[in-house]
Amino acid sequence: MTVGIHAFGAYIPKARLQREVMARAYSWFNPSLASLGQGERAIANWDEDALTMAVEAARNALTPQQYRQIDGLYLASTSLPFQDRQNAGIAAEAMHLGNDLHTMDITGSQRAGTSALLTALQIAVGNRRNTLVIGGEKRQTKASSPLQLTAGDGGTALLVGPGEGVAALVGYATLSVDFVDHYRGQNQPFDYVWEERWVRDEGFLKIVPNAVRQALSNGQVAASEIDHFCFPSPAKRVAGMLAKTLGISDSAVRDNLQGRTGEAGSIHALLMLTHALEEATPGQLILIAGFGQGCDALLFRTTEQLLTQRPMKDIKQLLSAGCPNENYHRYLAINDLVTIEQGLRAEVDKQTGLTTLYRNREMLLGLIGGRCETCDTLQYPKSNLCVNPDCGALNTQTDHSFSNMPCKVNSYTADRLTYSPDPPAYYGMVQFDEGGRAMLDFTDIFSDSELSVGQAMRLMFRVKDYDVTRGFRRYFWKAVPIDNAFDNNGKP
Amino acid sequence: MAKGIRDKVAILGMGCSKFGERWNDNAEDLMVESFSEALKDAGIEKDQIEAAWFSTAIEEQHVGKSGIPLAMALRLPYIPVTRVENFCASGSEAFRGAVYAVASGAADIALALGVEKLKDTGYGGLPQRSRGGLNDMYWSNMSAPGSFAQLASAYQAKHRVSKQDLKQAMAHISVKSHDNGAKNPKAHLRKPITEEQVLNAPMIAEPLGLFDCCGVSDGSACAIVTTPDIAAGLGKKDLITVKALQLAVSNGTEVQHNSWDGSYFMTTRAASKRAYQEAGIDKPRTAIDLLEVHDCFSVTELVTMEDLYISPEGEAINDVRDGFYDSDGKVPCQIDGGLKCFGHPIGASGLRMLYEIYLQMQGRAGDRQRAHDPVLGLTHNLGGFPHQNVCSVVIVGQQGA
Repeated sequence: MTVGIHAFGAYIPKARLQREVMARAYSWFNPSLASLGQGERAIANWDEDALTMAVEAARNALTPQQYRQIDGLYLASTSLPFQDRQNAGIAAEAMHLGNDLHTMDITGSQRAGTSALLTALQIAVGNRRNTLVIGGEKRQTKASSPLQLTAGDGGTALLVGPGEGVAALVGYATLSVDFVDHYRGQNQPFDYVWEERWVRDEGFLKIVPNAVRQALSNGQVAASEIDHFCFPSPAKRVAGMLAKTLGISDSAVRDNLQGRTGEAGSIHALLMLTHALEEATPGQLILIAGFGQGCDALLFRTTEQLLTQRPMKDIKQLLSAGCPNENYHRYLAINDLVTIEQGLRAEVDKQTGLTTLYRNREMLLGLIGGRCETCDTLQYPKSNLCVNPDCGALNTQTDHSFSNMPCKVNSYTADRLTYSPDPPAYYGMVQFDEGGRAMLDFTDIFSDSELSVGQAMRLMFRVKDYDVTRGFRRYFWKAVPIDNAFDNNGKP
Repeated sequence: MAKGIRDKVAILGMGCSKFGERWNDNAEDLMVESFSEALKDAGIEKDQIEAAWFSTAIEEQHVGKSGIPLAMALRLPYIPVTRVENFCASGSEAFRGAVYAVASGAADIALALGVEKLKDTGYGGLPQRSRGGLNDMYWSNMSAPGSFAQLASAYQAKHRVSKQDLKQAMAHISVKSHDNGAKNPKAHLRKPITEEQVLNAPMIAEPLGLFDCCGVSDGSACAIVTTPDIAAGLGKKDLITVKALQLAVSNGTEVQHNSWDGSYFMTTRAASKRAYQEAGIDKPRTAIDLLEVHDCFSVTELVTMEDLYISPEGEAINDVRDGFYDSDGKVPCQIDGGLKCFGHPIGASGLRMLYEIYLQMQGRAGDRQRAHDPVLGLTHNLGGFPHQNVCSVVIVGQQGA
């Protein structure tokens, strides 16, 4: 049974924090940070988390037809917003995938991403089902820790199912070894990390080769045939040392994106795979390995379909769309790493009625509004009576999904009075080209000049409010300006 | 159309507390202050009031719910007291209740009293609060200035007005109101300001700076109403009667249907049209002598001049700059200082506006008095947000006008 990857896409948040600024801020405490103080890392906005970034990657990866083929949704991450409320289920609501779906969170190790992918491939072999594997990572890191500099935030998505797809599974292996290079215990916000040299010599260089050799043997492929080797360690030279040990060509070792995004934790191997798929030609061999209390190794061969199945925005475009940012204090503040005076307006209770949320989940999470069967008017939210002043028909509205519809700014403001974790709060009336409108929050605005009446926008699934008292967060859709420089080049 | 309210009810007496940061007074103190003035002005005994309407909007910040706080503060003799809330139109809504009671014959003399105590929040601006369980989950994170500020971007786009021209007209509005408020001992903000100050003030919500926003204050105002016959019987002369009471409430068209462009108020246009019809006014620009409108923000006042059909659409900027609405202009707007200088104790504002028109019509407005006593005056309130709001329009005037 041939199985493979049928769609792929990534998401990298727009702001890129300059590492030099981070290293300099704590050089008085840890001068060795200077050695990591090059390049930039992707930082999620205050309203992004592992879940929202995973959803955005999926929206980037999938064609409208592919949404309807999905039988299962696995969400991989070690930084999921909820410990007990299935996060994958929220993503499924956001993508309006329906209830007939096998959903699961896969977490607990830095190889959660590769394990999710491997499980989905095995399901495809056994059950002939299509599974969407999504992942996101936004790790909490301590100020002055090397991890804060090397980590990066992002999301990935891979649609896996029967058939070769863009890359067919050739072989795989998985090993479980309780090698604790770092860990994060229950109720602990931060990782506890052991010495790098030991991790490299006894972990990476001994455990990974075992898994890779098994995968190569399983796929009946020689190491020297590998065209792309994706190994997600941020440590310099580790992937090269592994390649040398294994007999993989040095030129096959792929960029770990450390200079541009940082390491997106448990999904970084998948991010590198996405990048490799974008740059590979048909018929090439891609090897990825995920490390964390053992190792997953997966081997793929690309196909001709790679020429037509592309994400809306590839990683090259996502990288060039980044906004360099030097405001380290902002990063600390929006990640709760400093105690900031938020003002009394921040004290408004954000309790969410779970009954209200459940009753309105399609409207809120899926952005489902209504279309009047009598007059065709689109409207959000859906209601009993049509809003069209010339219609007003009762009970005529059918579900209509607004989340992927093109829209434009009708009116807007930048508000410095209302509480926002990242003032000013931008919001305004957004009008959909095909009908319907909503007064929405805007996000990812990096300068006032990005906004004008008529500006084209698109919608993104984001955190609306954090209820810090109860540990809840609520999600909704926000509008972001379309960056004409690259969005118009993407597929519709 | 129904005959309407014209000349069926007269104002017997009015009162207004000093507005401001009344740190040492409770809402009850403010109620007694405005009521004592009104009772004296009406020349009646408290026991002659047969029914009362009580307006507060953010009652959880001060008196709590129901009509009880009014009945207790004034020790009303077990008469009907109805509490009303309709956003910023609450005061006008209380007035409507009292006037309708008298017009229907259900009560000979009725009271409308509004109060709000907004300065117990610990911060400037209106209290930030929940907008309702479901609304909180999808409404944008908007404030009052942020929602009204959007009138500016939409107005600019529609009428091809430069940002500078609009900002300057808005500044003129605020300067004018401060000039007026400086002459009013009951106003909260009494310092004249300059256009430069307005234009260089800190930004609150683009393009509204600090001086484009009205103040927030504590205050109370009230009206005692009766029939013209009873008023005459009590020896009152030169009666001020109610000519029109209108209210228009958004039904979702603005926020959900693409027929609205965001640059004006659908509600104000609907309410004012009906009000002029009810009052028998054909040409409001020449008929109306005095305006007290809901200038929560300078840009609101600007577009309202068009929505009330005083300035032609797209031309309010010219009228503003020409001084048409200044205190010595053709139709003064906010001759008492407006919300800009009084602040906006929500439940009281509509009645406070009426109070100024009532004083002007009786020649009792002191330093602010118009050379010729106005004959017809209009008050206007807007509650909520431009895309979802309540608008009230009240017209009062000399009896027989």
